[in-house]
Amino acid sequence: MADTLRTTTRRRPRTAAPADATRRIRLWTSALVLGAVVLAVLLVPPLVRLDEQAVDLTRKLLPPSWDHPFGTDDVGRDLLLRCVYGLRVSLLVGLVAALAATVIGTAVGAAAGALGGRVDRFVMRIVDAFASVPHLLLGIFVVAMFRPGVWPVVVSVALTHWLSTARIVRSELLSLRSRPFVDAAVSGGASRWRIAVRHLLPAVLPQAGLAAVLMVPHAMWHESALSFLGLGLPSHQASLGNLVQGARSSLLAGDWWPTLFPGLFLIVPTLAVAGLAGVWRDRLNPRRRSELML
Amino acid sequence: MLELHSVTAGYDRRAPVFRDVSLTVGAGESVGLLGPSGCGKSTLARVAALLHRPDAGRVVLDGTEVRAWRHRAPRAQRTAVGVVFQQPRLSADPRLRLADLVAEPLRATGRRGEIPARLAELLPAVGLTDDLLGRRPHEVSDGQLQRACLARALVLRPRWLVCDEMTAMLDASTTAALVAAVESYRAETGAGLLAVGHDRVLLKRWCDRTVEWAGPNGAGEPVKALAGG
Repeated sequence: MADTLRTTTRRRPRTAAPADATRRIRLWTSALVLGAVVLAVLLVPPLVRLDEQAVDLTRKLLPPSWDHPFGTDDVGRDLLLRCVYGLRVSLLVGLVAALAATVIGTAVGAAAGALGGRVDRFVMRIVDAFASVPHLLLGIFVVAMFRPGVWPVVVSVALTHWLSTARIVRSELLSLRSRPFVDAAVSGGASRWRIAVRHLLPAVLPQAGLAAVLMVPHAMWHESALSFLGLGLPSHQASLGNLVQGARSSLLAGDWWPTLFPGLFLIVPTLAVAGLAGVWRDRLNPRRRSELML
Repeated sequence: MLELHSVTAGYDRRAPVFRDVSLTVGAGESVGLLGPSGCGKSTLARVAALLHRPDAGRVVLDGTEVRAWRHRAPRAQRTAVGVVFQQPRLSADPRLRLADLVAEPLRATGRRGEIPARLAELLPAVGLTDDLLGRRPHEVSDGQLQRACLARALVLRPRWLVCDEMTAMLDASTTAALVAAVESYRAETGAGLLAVGHDRVLLKRWCDRTVEWAGPNGAGEPVKALAGG
């Protein structure tokens, strides 16, 4: 027997390359913005205890001031409060819909990728059929079947957004399935279930998680689009889509604040989530990073 | 005895990689299989390890005919053959630490309790030091990873070992160490060995006998490119 090999190689030290600095800045700004958004949405309603639907016609369409930092809308409701409430609804819809879409997509993609053959062909044709219809149109169709409310919007967004996750999970599984390490696991006595749970699923979950995170702002935009079209949430309920929709008429009269602030509330969290997801995506591929940092 | 009787196998029924190949490895015997790249050596190795179902022919393992392949094969049958592949990077799950990689077959077969004792005797035998055990595959060299892959193949004490170009990616000293580890395992347990490769000098010195594979099918069919072959 050969003598034991003494190895002197050590873990590569984590050096701060220039690319890392910008990454860190992006990570922290995104995290701070998202943290602030989440805190505002969670804490403001129970702490402030003001009615965001209180109408005050003597104070309608006031420009931003100390009393109303975001101004008021055309029936005198405070826009800052309505933006926070709107973001709360939009975030809730976005999170739940994205989670549901990811669960559906992962299940369908895993079934197609792991079982293969006829199941795979059948399932992927269904995916193609869904994908062949513009998904906003399909979403409108689903929403139109129910009375307006939060849950129809969630269902509509979830049912139209699992396709990409299903495709990602399936293609990842197909490529993993034929790797020699799966052969090695089979040879080592692992059951099908064990291979799926121990080797395949952990490899796919980060990708599915990333897809879910990227889906949150997308779902928020869909909620806004549906509400903007008058099909989403009931129009008295504050949601970012309803706010933008309600501000359309006053924008033509030169009142910019009812459109600008809800718009910013939609865009800024989206950018923050995209920033976080970008950092995550870089981390998902450590091999590529270590090769680049040689 | 590990017997392959007129096996035809490939990845497309209409154009098999090889036809009608027979090979026998006696108990405790070591057989080297030599051949040009693309002739079907790796596919044959996969058939012998019950990882690839042949289109035709019979495989008999210790007198029992193999009727099911991959995870459909009875666990006792497929764990009787240990496999080491050519590329350690691809044959190791990148998420497992080396200790878990080696212990995984014991976990998968519900023999958790044997892990500490088995690892303690196996790891020095293949030359893996303790400081490597906590690392993941991308943090070790090819040679170190292949040592772990060999340990994983031996951890269930297989009666047969199939080494598919085990040393093709490695330097001479690691090759020598791995071959020595395989030979000491065989000396201890009397396991049979099918070593596939194209290194004539190595296989002639390593194995009791070597078999030359002239070309695909021996019938002048074009050499097919094999993935990973």
